[in-house]
Amino acid sequence: MAENGIGASVRRKEDNRFLTGKGNYTDDINVVGQTYAYFVRSPYAHANLNSIDTSAASASDGVVAILTGDDLAEDGIGPLICGVNVTSDDGEPHRAPLHPALAQGKVNYVGDHVAVVIAESLAQAKDAAEKVSIDYGVLPAVASTATAAEVNQQQIHDIAPNNMCYNWPFGDKAAVDAVFETAHKISTLDLINNRMVTNPMEPRAAAGEYNSGTEEITLHVTTQNPHVHRLILSAFNQLAPEHKLRVVGPDVGGGFGVKIFVYAEELVVGWACRKLNRPVKWTSDRTEAFLADAHGRDHVATAEMALDDQGKFLAMRVNTTANLGAYLSTFSTMVPSYLYAFLLAGQYTTPLIYSEVKAVFTNTAPVDAARGAGRPEATYLLERLVDVCAEDMGLDPAEIRRRNFIPVEAFPYQTPVVQCYDSGDYPAALEKALQLADYDGFTARAEEAKSRGMLRGIGLSSYVEACGIAPSAAVGQLGAGVGLWESAQVRFNPTGNVQVFTGTHSHGQGHETTFAQLVTEQLGVPIENIEVIHGDTAKTQFGMGTYGSRSLAVGGVAIAKACEKLIEKGKKIAAHALEAAEGDIEFADGDFTVAGTDKAMNIADVAFNAYVPHSYPEGLEPGFDENAFFDPLNFSFPAGTHVCEVEVDPETGEVEIVKYSAVDDFGKLINPMIVEGQVHGGIVHGVGQALLEGCQYDDDGQLITASYMDYAMPRADNVPSFDIDYAPTNPPHNPLGVKGCGEAGAIGAPPAVINAISNALGVKHIDMPATPEAVWRAAQSAA
Amino acid sequence: MYNFSYQKVSSVADAVEAMQKSEDGKFVAGGQTMLPTMKHRLASPSDLIDLAGVGELVGISVDEETVTIGAMTSHAAVAASSEVQDAIPALAKLAGNIGDPAVRNRGTIGGSIANNDPAADYPAAVIALGATVTTNKRDIPGDEFFIGMFETALAEDEVIVSVSFPKAGTAAYMKFENPASRYAIVGVFLVKFIDGVRVGVTGATACAHRGMRLEEALNGSFTADAIDSVELPIEKMNADIHASAEYRAHLVKVMTKRAVEACA
Amino acid sequence: MQTISMNINGVPVSGEVEDRTLLVQFLRENLRLTGTHVGCDTSQCGACVVHLDGVSVKSCTILAVQSDGCEVTTIEGLANGSHLHPMQQAFKDNHGLQCGFCTPGMVMSAIDIVNRNGCDIDEATVRKELEGNICRCTGYHNIVKSVQAGAKNMGG
Repeated sequence: MAENGIGASVRRKEDNRFLTGKGNYTDDINVVGQTYAYFVRSPYAHANLNSIDTSAASASDGVVAILTGDDLAEDGIGPLICGVNVTSDDGEPHRAPLHPALAQGKVNYVGDHVAVVIAESLAQAKDAAEKVSIDYGVLPAVASTATAAEVNQQQIHDIAPNNMCYNWPFGDKAAVDAVFETAHKISTLDLINNRMVTNPMEPRAAAGEYNSGTEEITLHVTTQNPHVHRLILSAFNQLAPEHKLRVVGPDVGGGFGVKIFVYAEELVVGWACRKLNRPVKWTSDRTEAFLADAHGRDHVATAEMALDDQGKFLAMRVNTTANLGAYLSTFSTMVPSYLYAFLLAGQYTTPLIYSEVKAVFTNTAPVDAARGAGRPEATYLLERLVDVCAEDMGLDPAEIRRRNFIPVEAFPYQTPVVQCYDSGDYPAALEKALQLADYDGFTARAEEAKSRGMLRGIGLSSYVEACGIAPSAAVGQLGAGVGLWESAQVRFNPTGNVQVFTGTHSHGQGHETTFAQLVTEQLGVPIENIEVIHGDTAKTQFGMGTYGSRSLAVGGVAIAKACEKLIEKGKKIAAHALEAAEGDIEFADGDFTVAGTDKAMNIADVAFNAYVPHSYPEGLEPGFDENAFFDPLNFSFPAGTHVCEVEVDPETGEVEIVKYSAVDDFGKLINPMIVEGQVHGGIVHGVGQALLEGCQYDDDGQLITASYMDYAMPRADNVPSFDIDYAPTNPPHNPLGVKGCGEAGAIGAPPAVINAISNALGVKHIDMPATPEAVWRAAQSAA
Repeated sequence: MYNFSYQKVSSVADAVEAMQKSEDGKFVAGGQTMLPTMKHRLASPSDLIDLAGVGELVGISVDEETVTIGAMTSHAAVAASSEVQDAIPALAKLAGNIGDPAVRNRGTIGGSIANNDPAADYPAAVIALGATVTTNKRDIPGDEFFIGMFETALAEDEVIVSVSFPKAGTAAYMKFENPASRYAIVGVFLVKFIDGVRVGVTGATACAHRGMRLEEALNGSFTADAIDSVELPIEKMNADIHASAEYRAHLVKVMTKRAVEACA
Repeated sequence: MQTISMNINGVPVSGEVEDRTLLVQFLRENLRLTGTHVGCDTSQCGACVVHLDGVSVKSCTILAVQSDGCEVTTIEGLANGSHLHPMQQAFKDNHGLQCGFCTPGMVMSAIDIVNRNGCDIDEATVRKELEGNICRCTGYHNIVKSVQAGAKNMGG
């Protein structure tokens, strides 16, 4: 292993700038002549926009312009799009209502964009925004997921009768129903997957600049995928041709999915900076983030399992209503469909699965991918249902899982829901997790807690996720508008240092370190001589960005492939210089050597030779700089078992997580320190969903949880430290042997926590978030 | 934030004069509630008169009978004061659990009680200990200071100078925090004086109040069990997404029991 | 408008601000000290924590004019040249940061915690003391480790 190579917990290269206040986030960017945008947002969930009068506001101090949907339409700026088609059971594509960046005729959620005020200062923009006079014709609002598609509901969009976006059945219903007819036991569970607000700590922002000389727009934006932003803004929104639009995702303060999407504000800022020929900056405040960031989750579901008398799963039936909000966000339609139903097999051999997903519109903020995206919803439903099955069968939750796990020898394993898992050892992770959690000692701990008047519970969650998103052909067949390969360029400079350009984007994941470790391992260049560059369409080749735990599993492989090309070329150059046959050249630890001799040439010298080719192989291109693209052949399938132990105070309903153990299979770890950090963060994201975070709208579509005063974020004293271990398997489809780790915790944790609470209370189910009052009530009813 | 005119004063007299001259002025103490409120454009004072420069309002003094805390004394200072810790430990503990460390460095006792947020901590202590609020005009008994939600006995141009807490008795403060804001969903400050029990309850209703029914039960028998039979008026309890009225009423009893156990 | 002056990271500065300008705006916009961040508008998240006259405050909840004449330390003022402050070093050594956005506030709060609690702080105390700083990335595990290690580093 190279020093600082694969497997080393290298301290992060990016840390110094963040630790000294030298990060460069979008709102940190300031340019001469900059103006500030502030959006006038709808205070109503559903209303006709009868008129907008901007005359008083326009006369307000410092106002540069006030723009509305009419201006946008006049300039031919296209509506926001959804990039994935889901075909509804009527054979028609999903219903995609018009989604203008500034409302045209109607507003459909609180926070919907009505106009933008651009002024010399932010305070002036806000002062003027209050003077924009709008005549709303308020309409009844649809705010509830469960009832949105009921026949007497107010219809939100003309093209979507019954507020239905799509109804998407999957599986052989008749076969599944037949099994249920004759099953030994049927376990049933109704549950809600609570709506979350993703809440990266850096609010979204956009800063646009237009150069009238070159006719180029430069848009700095909080994005996880700058090239995807550029593609959509160019091809669908007609903001500017791709070659005249530079999108930069500078340092980005957390994403978790919410910064994948192309938002109204970003498009408007890009458009306005050209229209006004002034730099325009917009930064969301936290309240706006709550109102207008895409939210996550929000399902209401019923799950049923048919079992035989040994507790084997025979068939599963799932009925889900998924709330997509008022409009379709960029990738919204795929979240409760392909990213959800295709994970319902989990770690089990359940041979038959039927799922029906009803996706509905409501007068709430758009809902789209959030850390895990569909997979947490599937895992929560399945892992809660498995615990109900265990209870119904009188089996220990660990035992029912053992009886139903896909055995190690069955891999590759074709599930009944499309996915073919390539590797896994689910029993190994379970047993290791049970040991880590001292599962056997639980009864004694529960007794001791009881003596103090406390209720202890323990809960398991054995999850599998589909990551390394994604094989382009597979997603193309499903209706995605893009391919999901990744790109890399590895460039030696003449002096021997290396710049690595990746199409992925790092917003906390530590790519600048992990990817440098890949390169130092492969090329033997010292890590301090390697710089990873990402996030700027003017610097890096086209790439698809970071989400779905894909960066290492797809983008990392592209880097490795570019390195391989460099080694191949380097052999030719070294052979010439060392006066040997190319076939005799070997490469290791940064040196090209002639086999069996001590004749060697360092890769840095090879690079110099390639740029100063005074004596050089005939016909070989100068330069030492290679590109590679990698399109995976399959998803990767990280999996694991998490064990949560809680102590419940039955008097108040407070839940304390006293111990949390996780054993995951991420394949090979490049930087264990970074991987562990990803797991910690994911777990707390999941704990947040399970215990604290519940986004709530009232019946009128007003957002009740619109700040940290009402939306409970996990804080340091809500969680313990964690016990983390691994049970890796080698995924045959991934050349690096890696699987991805960024979402695992958020997927594994919610059912582990709720299973533990249900266990502590002795109740069948409690919905998330299990707030003190909800737990107290459940404890009362159980007592 | 709407614009306003800021002025820093160095004496209570100057503060009062500035207020009288202002169109719709406000005193600002630590600003930890006022500034967020103004940032959301929910308040628009014409003038902010900053009391931070009024030295006479800062400080803690303890004599035989009372702990007197200057209105502009920060929560952090109260929490860290060994004199307060010795004299009324529950009060120091309460101050040390308001907001978070950075908020405690700015927030003041005077600002807290003048604002009278229904979920603030100090009002429970002021009521339960029977403190006296001294202003530039008069002494106001703690029982009479808090009038209603965000409403106090203070006149527009009245400045709190200090709050005096009697040292007598054994006290405990039990707070059940809102998981989001960390304000009190319910806070119970209980004092066991030689001649009886006083209970201050915050968070539960529109305004901090004395828990008369709780006091009655505890004066009969100073035990946690004595609380079981107390019936609290659920219809007066606050209700929100974090806690229903019924749950709040229940929590008042649980917090009271725990305070009793802490005082026993 | 008012003219204010203060000592920031040991350097005297002055500037003209509206009365409603927050300290964090003065730092970020007037002085271009963009290491101090704004993550919420309700004084909850702590991304904006700086030291004012030696103690931690939320710079989003104090007016610039209120800081007139004060000593202010921001994240930019901690390192000594290329030599990180012991707390910064502890965050790096213990992977106490991911996206870096909450980090300046975390580090400033952490130093304040050590100033008040000494160099040997147990985990529960650190977790309680971090109540006013929200992080979405790390799950706090490594932040807590960092603060404990940084405390020891600060003790020498």
